[in-house]
Amino acid sequence: MTAMLSLERLSVSFAGEAGPSIVVDDVSLTLEKGEIFGLVGESGSGKSTIANAVMGLLPASATTSGRIQLNGRETTGLDENDLRNLRGREMSMVFQDATTSLDPTWSVGEQIAETLRAHQSLSRGAARARTMSLMHEVGIPNAAQRYRDPPHRFSGGQRQRIVIAAAIANEPKLLIADEPTTALDVTIQAQILELINGLRHQHGTSVLLITHDLGVVSETCDRVAVMHRGRILETGPTRDVFGNPSHPYTRALMAANPAWSRRGSRLPVVPREWSIEEVRHD
Amino acid sequence: MSALGFIVRRIGAAILSLFAMSILVFLIIRLVPGDPVRTMLGFRATDENVARLQHELGLDQPMLSQYMSWIAGLFRGDLGQDIVSHAPLSELLLQRLPVTLELAGLSMTLAVLFGVPLGVLAASGGPWSKRLTEGFVVLGISIPDFWLGIMLVLVFSGILVVLPPTGYVPFAQSPLENLRYMALPVLTLAIGEAAYVLRTTRGAVINVMGRPFVTFLRAKGISPRRILFGHALRNAGPSIVTVVGIQVGVLLGGAIIVETLFALPGVGRLVVTGINQRNYPVVQVGVLAIATIFIVVSLITDLIVGWLDPRVADGMMQ
Repeated sequence: MTAMLSLERLSVSFAGEAGPSIVVDDVSLTLEKGEIFGLVGESGSGKSTIANAVMGLLPASATTSGRIQLNGRETTGLDENDLRNLRGREMSMVFQDATTSLDPTWSVGEQIAETLRAHQSLSRGAARARTMSLMHEVGIPNAAQRYRDPPHRFSGGQRQRIVIAAAIANEPKLLIADEPTTALDVTIQAQILELINGLRHQHGTSVLLITHDLGVVSETCDRVAVMHRGRILETGPTRDVFGNPSHPYTRALMAANPAWSRRGSRLPVVPREWSIEEVRHD
Repeated sequence: MSALGFIVRRIGAAILSLFAMSILVFLIIRLVPGDPVRTMLGFRATDENVARLQHELGLDQPMLSQYMSWIAGLFRGDLGQDIVSHAPLSELLLQRLPVTLELAGLSMTLAVLFGVPLGVLAASGGPWSKRLTEGFVVLGISIPDFWLGIMLVLVFSGILVVLPPTGYVPFAQSPLENLRYMALPVLTLAIGEAAYVLRTTRGAVINVMGRPFVTFLRAKGISPRRILFGHALRNAGPSIVTVVGIQVGVLLGGAIIVETLFALPGVGRLVVTGINQRNYPVVQVGVLAIATIFIVVSLITDLIVGWLDPRVADGMMQ
């Protein structure tokens, strides 16, 4: 069985004033079908760059090497048109801040329907009907009345549901979720994770979940990769990685998580030798 | 429901502005140093003649009752009389207003038709389109109307001899001739306006293209053309419409110069002639008409912005 997504020795660097800076360094990983794969690490560790590389959304200043295969198909050499056909249909992405992910001047229904009509030849009416069932599926009540409402009339959590509805409208096989719950409060976070988990169960969607929140990973991911400074330090089933971390950075990261540290004791921080800021200026 | 509330609020604000503006127009004439009647009649006027004209114009009455009778007249469609020709001002205005409206309307339409597409091109195109449009913007904004007008006359009437330099034919009399006479004045105003519209469109579109929702649109596989015209331009719309609305005011000011330059019988020229003749009821009505146009245009601008951006109609942004 071919993997849903496989990265082979992927490196991404950006041209900068002081020469190129390597943001993703020789990363290989595979994401199986129907799996939720967690990519954890601090800000600046290269997680989002991997997501953008897979989506083909890197800026022109980025240089990529290595291979990316989506469902057995090489996507690294594809031109913008072919990539656009894959985006929103084969693979989709949800971003951190749902309040800025939607066009404020379009109604939410139109924004979901637009994604449908970009990839399928649907009539206006059919797209509208499908949109309403999608809104219902992601948990927006009264979809028929709310179809014409602009995004600002929805709460943050509801907007993230609408973003997810737009992302999964064409039933993509791969969903990349880049910090999808970071901007939301804890109870809403759990609901959104449940929604993403439900997609996997109902549609067999594979999910690449990018987060810095180890609690989120341990609750939802089958497997996890720990990233630091553009490299993957450790990868494996979530239970193994967190139950018996083999890499000192993973242990340091776990120790710094308030949820897993002992009440009343001083919260450890990630040691200096692992601090991204410290190492960068070497 | 909230949309209706928004419309009602904006119309209410426009009526208030009209009211405040009528007081301002009324006062400015009367607060200017010197007695307008003495200015009109000259320094050799007898006290008797001054008193007679003051009575004729109602200037011997208290300010408040003068204002009330003026406003009451406006509501009846009686704008007063030209004190030189004794013609009713309502008739005069009815003759002059269409000329100014045509001049301003055609100029702005032309400016939008060129400025918006070129602005989008400048925002999305390559470096050459940026440089070309930048050059046009700098020239269009910095060249003064009166100089541009004279140069256009020189080229199109003096050298090429294809368009008449001055004069006017009413549209109803001969639409084609009317447009021939309007071509140069309209072009004079439109070039500068197009530069402003272009610059605003370019800035607004570039701003929108950098926002996160554009990345999400790309991640959904929406085509670049649709992102540009369906989303970026729609989001840039409120800024463009607002600038167009403000520029209509500038255009009406420019119309005074251009109407004088091309001998167009519009409201602008009416005001200039009125000032020269100390014909202050004419000045008062001319300024009132131009200011009313501006307030009505601002109202329409606000309503369009509210329609383009639902957040404005919901009162989230001003």
